[in-house]
Amino acid sequence: MKKGHIIGLGIIAVAIMIIVTSIGDASTYESFSTARQMAENGNDKSIHVVGELKKDDSGQIVGLDIDEEKTSFTFTMVDSDGMEQNVYYNEPVPADFIRSEQVVVIGSYKSKEIFVADKILMKCPSKYQETDVKTVSN
Amino acid sequence: MMNTLVGNLGHFMVILAFVSALVTALSYYYYTRSHELEKSSWRNFSRITFYIHALASISIAFCLFEIIYNHRFEYFYAYSHSSKGLPVHYMISSFWEGQEGAFILWIFWNVVLGLILIHTNKFWEGPVMVVFALVQAFLVSMIMGVVIGDLKIGSSPFMLLRDVSEAPIFQINPDFIPEDGTGLNPLLQNIWMVIHPPTLFLGYASTLVPFAFLMGGLVMKRYSEWVRPALPWAIFSAMILGMGIIMGAYWAYVTLNFGGYWNWDPVENAVYVPWLVMIAAIHTMITYKKSTTALKTSMVLVISSFILVLYATFLVRSGVLGDSSVHSFTDLGLSGQLLIYMLFFLVIAILLVGKEWKHIPTSDKEASVYSREFWVFIGATTLGLMAFQVIIPTSIPVYNAVIESFGGLSNLAPPADQIGFYTKFQLWFAVALALLTGIGQFFWWNKIDKKELKNSLVTPYIISMVFAALIITVGRVYDVSYIIIVLAGAFTIIANGTILLKLVQKKTFKLAGGSLAHIGLGMILIGIMFSSGYSDVISINMSGMTYKKDWEDDLNKENVLLWINKPLQMKEYEVIYRGRHKKVVGVPDYVKASKLESTDGINEAIALEPIQIGEKTYHQKGDTVNIVLDENSYFKVEYYQEDELKFILYPMSQPNPTMGLISSPDSKIHLTRDLYTHVSAINDYEDPEWKEDQFMDAGPGEQFFINDFVTEFEGAEVLNELEGYDLNEGDIAVKANLTIMDYDVEKKLSPIFLIRGNQVGKIPVIDSDLGIKIEVDNIVPEENKFVFKVNTYQKDYVVMKAAVKPMINVLWLGTIIMLIGFSVAIYRRFDEFHKMKLKGLE
Repeated sequence: MKKGHIIGLGIIAVAIMIIVTSIGDASTYESFSTARQMAENGNDKSIHVVGELKKDDSGQIVGLDIDEEKTSFTFTMVDSDGMEQNVYYNEPVPADFIRSEQVVVIGSYKSKEIFVADKILMKCPSKYQETDVKTVSN
Repeated sequence: MMNTLVGNLGHFMVILAFVSALVTALSYYYYTRSHELEKSSWRNFSRITFYIHALASISIAFCLFEIIYNHRFEYFYAYSHSSKGLPVHYMISSFWEGQEGAFILWIFWNVVLGLILIHTNKFWEGPVMVVFALVQAFLVSMIMGVVIGDLKIGSSPFMLLRDVSEAPIFQINPDFIPEDGTGLNPLLQNIWMVIHPPTLFLGYASTLVPFAFLMGGLVMKRYSEWVRPALPWAIFSAMILGMGIIMGAYWAYVTLNFGGYWNWDPVENAVYVPWLVMIAAIHTMITYKKSTTALKTSMVLVISSFILVLYATFLVRSGVLGDSSVHSFTDLGLSGQLLIYMLFFLVIAILLVGKEWKHIPTSDKEASVYSREFWVFIGATTLGLMAFQVIIPTSIPVYNAVIESFGGLSNLAPPADQIGFYTKFQLWFAVALALLTGIGQFFWWNKIDKKELKNSLVTPYIISMVFAALIITVGRVYDVSYIIIVLAGAFTIIANGTILLKLVQKKTFKLAGGSLAHIGLGMILIGIMFSSGYSDVISINMSGMTYKKDWEDDLNKENVLLWINKPLQMKEYEVIYRGRHKKVVGVPDYVKASKLESTDGINEAIALEPIQIGEKTYHQKGDTVNIVLDENSYFKVEYYQEDELKFILYPMSQPNPTMGLISSPDSKIHLTRDLYTHVSAINDYEDPEWKEDQFMDAGPGEQFFINDFVTEFEGAEVLNELEGYDLNEGDIAVKANLTIMDYDVEKKLSPIFLIRGNQVGKIPVIDSDLGIKIEVDNIVPEENKFVFKVNTYQKDYVVMKAAVKPMINVLWLGTIIMLIGFSVAIYRRFDEFHKMKLKGLE
């Protein structure tokens, strides 16, 4: 067996290891109900849930509760299946949070009632797609 | 007046640039195929067409900048990327904020590189320029904005707003021009964003040069000669890409508030991967020049780095990343075009290499473990695996897109903890690299066997052990994996330092590029270990108020709420927030926001009080002053230690109407550590919701409470004149003098009560720091009492995060040394090429 072969095999082994762990460590997109099932089965892996903030009929956001020190908050999120869930985030409210059209929370259930987000991604109405031109001129 | 001329000119130049690129490609092709006698006329013709292309490309850039510079908001690009308030250097950033501008930048750099190549190469001009011109044609097509039926080719930056926008105003008045643009993303309003994109795009553009030489070499059947001219360019490309990456990291560190310099975001990964591959290519190319091995590997790596740049562009700009990246670019409908661009060159490269594969010379001899080739090859392999490890998970959104395009459904998401995930691989690869560079360099400069290796490695090994032990003890590194990193870093620094010393002694400094770059790597490794591994958030919320839930105990609150003037202990510092400040043109220090009143003018304000710094008065009361970007507020935070003011930081924040709160950190830079502070949330006091009226009565000398502040009514005085009012005969103006105590700050507020005939006028005072509005509601002379009407609002506060980043300067210094190493290597390789050219060999 030549040295070249050993190295070649070594490279292939490392490459396979990388692919396997990449897939193993990859997170998944879930709904709140599947995420809760995972948590009940003892799987505490961080997962992605896509949804929107809960709004009332007049478009006002409901369920946003900021703690007194303003360093964390909970909010109500509705996932794509329409399921409502309280989500806790251990950071101050991101400024464009209220305006976001869509939120992705990355985290897991810490108890039955509450989903704890480690990270929140927001999709906001992009300024580049803005078709609403300000028509007021001084 | 709507100016359509410049847009039409720009659009014409785009078409001209596209056509001339195609003509150049074709004519250079004929040049390479033509007979010796016809060569010079073909060459002249090709050059002229390329010059036309160059001129057209530069004109495109000029037209677009003219539109931004002259605030022509009838154009969509100027409207959506700039505004009147921007200083000129940020107008330059506006230029490449949009994707079209970025493509123009890329085109521009390719033109510059193309011109250099035409004038530095004899033999290679033809084939290299064919590749160049083809790439240019693809790039220009991205900004063509030509619609043929349903097919849209490119997105033009010269679109008029009325053609893009659906706003109803354009139906009423098609000639409507908005007063101002929507402005530049405030995060990009940073000096690093003026120079980072051009650097990065020069890096992108320069990966084309080695690729073009390789393609030329394959077509001309010069399978090995292409390496010499390509090598200095490959090193140049790696250096510029590296510089772009570092600038991006530095920009992220000073501007973004995620608290670090590298986030393993897909956009960052997309540049990192081609860079790694380019570094690997350089190493195998150098090995080839020394020992005629690894030629095929070099070819594969050069092609990969070029294709990976295109893949990166595709990832970032096609919209496929969607919500998995913070740098989301909007899909301009270019994904198909980008894909064709990438696949075109991939297919051509594979076909050419495949066709010539069996003719490419290889070396049959097995590399010995004691040969430098062996170690360099292992190093290149490690780099390749590093790149592979990053690109596989970064492409997860692409797999999803592919699966979905076949009707499948995939719920695979990128790793939840990106930093942890990538670090656990990349760190160990980097440690391996550091060790390899240490050993590899010895093989490189000395042909040695087993015994000699031991002898020559023993001294550096011992020194680096001592050196590492010193770092570990002084830096108190007690984590095993961190200790290994320090060892590896120290070893590569010492081992390469030894080589460097020898080269300097022999006065052959121009050969020192490699050892310098490797020393840089060692320092970067140690710098990263300290600054990330020992990054310490000191703004831990100590209030003890948890959210009543048991699991919350394990979560540290990493932000603290600072009320204005109220001291708070954060680890060894006592911090006090002192209110909002502004930057005023010509004034060397920040100016308290309450001293300024905004006017309708852009970035303009009136001084309500004289603006003094030290002894010098910069502006008198009532002066109109210019503010550096009115939207930006700087939050003054004082850091005390043992009651002594150590330093003041001014983290910036901007409540942006379209993007929300945009914050930029401020850091106190010490030699051995940085203290990093950024604002996470602020009080919205522009439009306060005052609480209901409260009435208090007090006689002179009496104390009362407003919002928990001790307030003393010191007395009243009758005014003879009142600024801004004409006092008539018989008018009475009374000023009440109040002193409000808030911790160590004493505020004097003086509301005024005016009596004219049987009418009263009340002039209230507002203190937005304390959130107080106070006016004299009535005076009761019989009781010698004043009735004050008080409204309160939340006093000003800031929620912030602070962290200590030790040894981050070692990281920055390491990157600079690495870049110097690259520069030395470029000089050496170009010199080599130049000498060969003078001999008429290239």
